[in-house]
Amino acid sequence: MLPAFARFATAAAAAAIVLSGGARAQAPAEVPAPDVLVKTVTLEVVDIIQKDKDIQKGDRKKVVALIETKVLPHFNFQAMTASAVGRNWDKASAEQKARLNEEFKTLLVRTYSSALAAYSSQKFEFRPLRAKPTDTDVTVNVRVLQSGTQPVTIDYDMEKRPAGWKVWDVRVGGISLVANYRTEFDNLVRENGIDGLLKALQTKNSSLEQPAAVVNAAGAAKK
Amino acid sequence: MMRWARNLALLLLLSGAAGCATVGSDPRDPLEGFNRAMYSFNDGFDQAIGKPIATAYRDVLPGQVQTWVRNFFANLYDLWTGFNNLIQGKPADAVTDWARFAFNTTLGLFGINDVATSIGLEKHDEDFGQTLGRWGMDEGAYLVWPFWGSSSMRDSAGLLVDFYADPVVMHRPKGVRDVIWGLRAIGKRADLLDASRILEEAALDKYVFQRDAYLQRRRSQVYDGNPPRAAREAPRAEAEDELQPASAAPVAPIAPTTQAPQRAAPEAVEAAVRLLEAPALPAATGG
Repeated sequence: MLPAFARFATAAAAAAIVLSGGARAQAPAEVPAPDVLVKTVTLEVVDIIQKDKDIQKGDRKKVVALIETKVLPHFNFQAMTASAVGRNWDKASAEQKARLNEEFKTLLVRTYSSALAAYSSQKFEFRPLRAKPTDTDVTVNVRVLQSGTQPVTIDYDMEKRPAGWKVWDVRVGGISLVANYRTEFDNLVRENGIDGLLKALQTKNSSLEQPAAVVNAAGAAKK
Repeated sequence: MMRWARNLALLLLLSGAAGCATVGSDPRDPLEGFNRAMYSFNDGFDQAIGKPIATAYRDVLPGQVQTWVRNFFANLYDLWTGFNNLIQGKPADAVTDWARFAFNTTLGLFGINDVATSIGLEKHDEDFGQTLGRWGMDEGAYLVWPFWGSSSMRDSAGLLVDFYADPVVMHRPKGVRDVIWGLRAIGKRADLLDASRILEEAALDKYVFQRDAYLQRRRSQVYDGNPPRAAREAPRAEAEDELQPASAAPVAPIAPTTQAPQRAAPEAVEAAVRLLEAPALPAATGG
């Protein structure tokens, strides 16, 4: 019933993994190549997930912590937020921008942690990078292999920054994470301005804050 | 059962048509009122019936059996995938698909084991909607069908052809066909349980989120994962630690345009073009 979204989510798990890890790559003497970075980080985090019993049991807090320490350093969240907000970005004040950035980050981290929980020992294939050494804007291609289904592609749009290579968009099965929020954000801004968008994001995030409590309550009500 | 469903679908179409008065703001979705009505019906049906059955299926049936079921239907579908690849002018892919079918049906025991993947025959994903897209047909308006979900004008035409080419639909006697068809539907829904959970959490407006994901996904599929991306934005210029305006990050149109990014340095444009033009999956037909 969600044909398009299927691959998106299955592989968002993988995307989360690929982007995780490698916090130590933050201040390197020399910046690792983007494809090397993606590969190192992927394998490292897959390893962590497969060994961590709490994560396998569905410990969301631990997954969120894993993402925050290992994934976030490799994201240019400011750029992602600006791109998702699109043409309305310039209408926002500096303070609104900072808050949008925070809320969007929170939402994506939660989505990722949810996707990570769905990971089950898929294999990765790292495609050779098609770029010159002088390029500062590249796309790193990874594929997630699963028996019985077509491989899921994950494309990382990365840009070279002073602090190393940063991801500014992820496309899972051809679905851009940033572009997919653009229409939603645009609608919300048109209806209620930047503050309306901020409020919607805050409401969404706080509704996700106690998922365990909500689920438990719902389960108890059913029984 | 089928007649009941069809009547209900007709009723829905009529009731949904009433919603058409709502003018959609998105040019890709002129029937938004109708589509939203269908979407909320589908969502209600899914919450009440689809999801509970699929959850039970996932929790009760051993994982290995679920894999067999998934592989069995995927194997049947490879025949049709191959045909679509052939008429899209990709004979090598078609041969791969049919070789997969041959190996999996025999060595893989009627397809329940995907041995072809392990010997390097990679699975493809094709349907007639993609073929029409490959032939140059525009997707047309976005459409949501009762029970089925996201589609478009073009993909609906494709679905009709897919339907008549479906060996499960052709199977007789009808009693057996209905059971097989139901099993496949439940299995498919079960495979999407994680996806739908993530959708719930990720989306501010589930309808919009899913629609945009569908349109992006289909576009990518038509181009086998390498859609022309002329709308690729210029490299992000702003630093993550300073809150400078992102100098009007443009709204990238979904429809293909041929205009080059204006802010990008020539080198970056060149690199982007090279990335776009290069077939990203040279080894896709390996084997």
